[in-house]
Amino acid sequence: MPAPTKQTYVGQSLPRLEDRPLLTGQGRFAADISFPGQWTMRVVRSGVAHGRILSIDTRAALALPGVHAVWTGADVAHIPPIPFRLTGLKALEPYRQPVLARDIVRYVGEPVAVVFAQDQYVAEDAADLIDITIEPLPAQVRAIDAPGVYADDLSTEPSVIRKSFGDIEAAFRDAHAVVALELSVGRHSGVPMETRGAIGRYDEVRDILEMHGAAKVPHWNRDTIAQMLGRDRNSVQFFEGHVGGGFGIRGEIYPEDVLVCAAALKFRRPVKWIEDRREHLIAANHSRDQTHRIRAAIDAEGRILGIDNEFFHDNGAYMRTHAATVPDLAAAMLPGPYRVPAYRVAGHIRLTNKTPAGTYRAPGRYESTFVRERLLDAIAAKVGVDTVEIRRRNLIAKGAMPYTLGLETLGTHIVYDSGDYALLLDKTLAAAGWDDLQTQLQNRRAKGELVGAAVAMFVEKSGLGPFDTVRVEVTPDGIDVITGVASIGQGIETVIAQICADALGVRYDTIRVIHGQTDRIDRGMGAFASRVTVMCGEATRMAAGKLRDKALRHAAQLMQTGAEKLDIVDGEVVRIGGGPSMPLFELARALPDGLSAEDTFESTHMVYPYGVHVAAVKVDPATGAVAIERYVIGYDIGKAVNPRLVEGQIAGGLAQGVGGALLEEFLYDEAGEPLSVTFADYLMPTAREVPASTILITEDAPSPLNALGLKGAGEGGANPAGAALAAAIDDALQRPGAVTRLPVTPMRLKAMTSG
Amino acid sequence: MKPAAFVRHVPKTLDEALKVLSDVAPDDGRILAGGQSLVPIMAFRLAKPAHLVDINEVEGLQHIASDGTMLSIGARVRHAAFHKPVVDGPLGALLAYVARHIAHYPIRMRGTFCGSLAHADPSSEWCLVSATLGATMVVKSTRGERLIAAADFFEGIMSTVLAEDELLAEVKLPLLSADTKFGFYEFSRRAGDFAMASALVTYRLEGGQIVDARVGVGGAEPSPRRIAEAEAALNGQAPGEDIFRATAEAAAAAVEPLEDHQTTGEYRRDLVRAVVHRALENSV
Repeated sequence: MPAPTKQTYVGQSLPRLEDRPLLTGQGRFAADISFPGQWTMRVVRSGVAHGRILSIDTRAALALPGVHAVWTGADVAHIPPIPFRLTGLKALEPYRQPVLARDIVRYVGEPVAVVFAQDQYVAEDAADLIDITIEPLPAQVRAIDAPGVYADDLSTEPSVIRKSFGDIEAAFRDAHAVVALELSVGRHSGVPMETRGAIGRYDEVRDILEMHGAAKVPHWNRDTIAQMLGRDRNSVQFFEGHVGGGFGIRGEIYPEDVLVCAAALKFRRPVKWIEDRREHLIAANHSRDQTHRIRAAIDAEGRILGIDNEFFHDNGAYMRTHAATVPDLAAAMLPGPYRVPAYRVAGHIRLTNKTPAGTYRAPGRYESTFVRERLLDAIAAKVGVDTVEIRRRNLIAKGAMPYTLGLETLGTHIVYDSGDYALLLDKTLAAAGWDDLQTQLQNRRAKGELVGAAVAMFVEKSGLGPFDTVRVEVTPDGIDVITGVASIGQGIETVIAQICADALGVRYDTIRVIHGQTDRIDRGMGAFASRVTVMCGEATRMAAGKLRDKALRHAAQLMQTGAEKLDIVDGEVVRIGGGPSMPLFELARALPDGLSAEDTFESTHMVYPYGVHVAAVKVDPATGAVAIERYVIGYDIGKAVNPRLVEGQIAGGLAQGVGGALLEEFLYDEAGEPLSVTFADYLMPTAREVPASTILITEDAPSPLNALGLKGAGEGGANPAGAALAAAIDDALQRPGAVTRLPVTPMRLKAMTSG
Repeated sequence: MKPAAFVRHVPKTLDEALKVLSDVAPDDGRILAGGQSLVPIMAFRLAKPAHLVDINEVEGLQHIASDGTMLSIGARVRHAAFHKPVVDGPLGALLAYVARHIAHYPIRMRGTFCGSLAHADPSSEWCLVSATLGATMVVKSTRGERLIAAADFFEGIMSTVLAEDELLAEVKLPLLSADTKFGFYEFSRRAGDFAMASALVTYRLEGGQIVDARVGVGGAEPSPRRIAEAEAALNGQAPGEDIFRATAEAAAAAVEPLEDHQTTGEYRRDLVRAVVHRALENSV
């Protein structure tokens, strides 16, 4: 019998292991989870953007049959405001959100009371009966207006993020020319198809508080809610089911998560809350709302000498778990793939009377890439060179890698670990047929069509540490990989299984990846910042390698040979060159403690994938509508574990990027009334609006910071989409710099074509 | 997103339906047909009808029938019924073309032609068709039957002359002669959204000249209507780019456009120009 050959799973577009339950209707999303005797929670929200609560009359609601209880701010006064998870500047702490408003309401949608009732119908009836009297106060609705008073001694500008390197004064003094722009990105956000949901349950027998419906960062949320409710972390457990999209906004701690847990403890009843869509659009984190005033000092050839940027970040009414993360990332990632000898940024964090903001896929980068790439286009126009050429002149060279930017974010120094930006630009332009495309567009423009194309470049970040721990266990059914990361639908069960399969020597479909369960592993970092494949992937490779060594060592004794003469293939310990073999699970059964291994990957630096988007559009001058005719994405992620899943990440991100560029916007009136509260007003792109795209995944610059060369792939589809589409529209209009604001709605574009 | 409590009545005959409606109308009773507009606003609790008279089991409201001059459409006929021409000639083709622009497939499977007219959304395709072609509404109640011309039926945004105890039992559309040309165009930000402006044109040619021109505009004003100034610009002229442009301009000048937080009157007027022009281009 010939020796079995080893399969390599990493790098193959294998089917997703997690799909079967999802495709056969067996998914377990938050709304699918119910417990006997559970109560339904309904949140009563402020209908006023800013005001003082004069009274809350709950008598009529409490009198309604089926209503169990009503809480207002006074009932939860002992619960502290929700703390920061990332970038938690001290100056921001007074701006944290209470779980229910006390005295003052600060946005339409702010939780003011909660009803606990027998079912959703009664709960909504009761919510309608709660009479809240609010004395309106002036609403602040624009972050670029002068700061006002938040409370007592607090300004609506709690902090300004300042970062710099190089001699910015000298750069502008020596400049051949200066290019200055004011640019803004509209307020929009991740809108997962599954709204938020949380089910709190107290197990009196074991004295364990459970929360079901956890997502993204279960361990941190567990620890934090335990702390907020004054319990030991081990007496609180979080359970993640299926999650219908995360995108940064889902899975952070919101008031509702705390409330279901507090209520389950208080009433000794399971308490279930499922967000409805209207709630989601006014209560879950918004994002992206920034206005930048940027200036570049350039030399005669359009090379950047320095960039000076001031921006205004509209964080809405409170600082939530992400604290300063988004403006900090915008400030730190703005330089992108270009040589910028001197840089200075001041990012004003501003509070307004709108829904609080947090991270959304490519947080801070969708915004700052739009600003930087608009700046590059303006520089090209200023010196009269082509927009591709201006990028070539300014790109950081391959030989400069690793490139220390001289800035910090998320507690790490930014060091671009590897990259060949010019090579990817060439490859992507070739994939787009750029030269032929230019000829076609010129011919069509000559016939009067408004068609154009453009390129946008970016550097992403991924693989945020500081650690991930993985335990690999041999079980009678196969292999369990237990990790503290989470699945938000991105395919981690498959990708982690592929990595484990190669490292251990088993089939990938015999591996079960267990994630998001705080009772299965003591610590974990969760799923955000495109970190899972990098951090958990490397930890898995390490732990699986450790398990393999251990297995071979034990097997060598049992099989009376040297470990170096053994291998593991398809889950069997085999002799190299043939002979008797032994399945791993039998080996595990023969050992008193079974077979398992744990390892931790620690990392103090992020890894930096990079990409290029090429967009071609046609503008309809009669209506201002934009049709995307071609879209090509090149993305270098070091090593693609499962290229098809990477393509899925990029295509999905692009849909969201297109939404932010052309459709999605949370609008408010002057009084702070939200105007985009349904899917009829908040326009998500559908299959008809999202273009077919060509995706080129390259592996020219593996990361030197982990063994497989991995970089994260979650955010490159969204990051420069606004920038690329804005520039393509400029090109179609043959008016460089025409687009200064996203989204480019038909009405705004029509005004440009007429003006 | 859960509606307030209501009583659902399920009459089996038209007489029974009218009787129930007459009984519950003073107590905020509403007719439920396809439910594609009513049910969402009930879920938002923007409407809290105490009674719903569900006509989905009422006999005799499913007909689509032609008597040689008029096409009758019963109150239970769904949008999807028009996916294929329901009658020979231009009217069947027109209805099939327009039907494809109504919302999305699942909505077209439930929503009804008459329900759309009774709901009277300014951007409704069927309201535009009815106003442009001169439909006759057959309205019934326990008090009897009355016929209402489309031009007299719509009163404004989601408002008609229907009394609270009246059912729009049937609509009659005039058949179009075989030589009738038609063109339709609507603009919305996404496929399937409510049209921000729409236009329907019909006309015939006699000796190369346009006669019997009808130019209807929807989505731009509180109710869709024919634009006399645009029709005057077309009649007696030979079809062509210059005359289409002039007609579009006349329509744009004639409308008093709706404004909302996303749309200025000026932009809406631009859209009217664009949709009338394109409807005319599509008509040749």
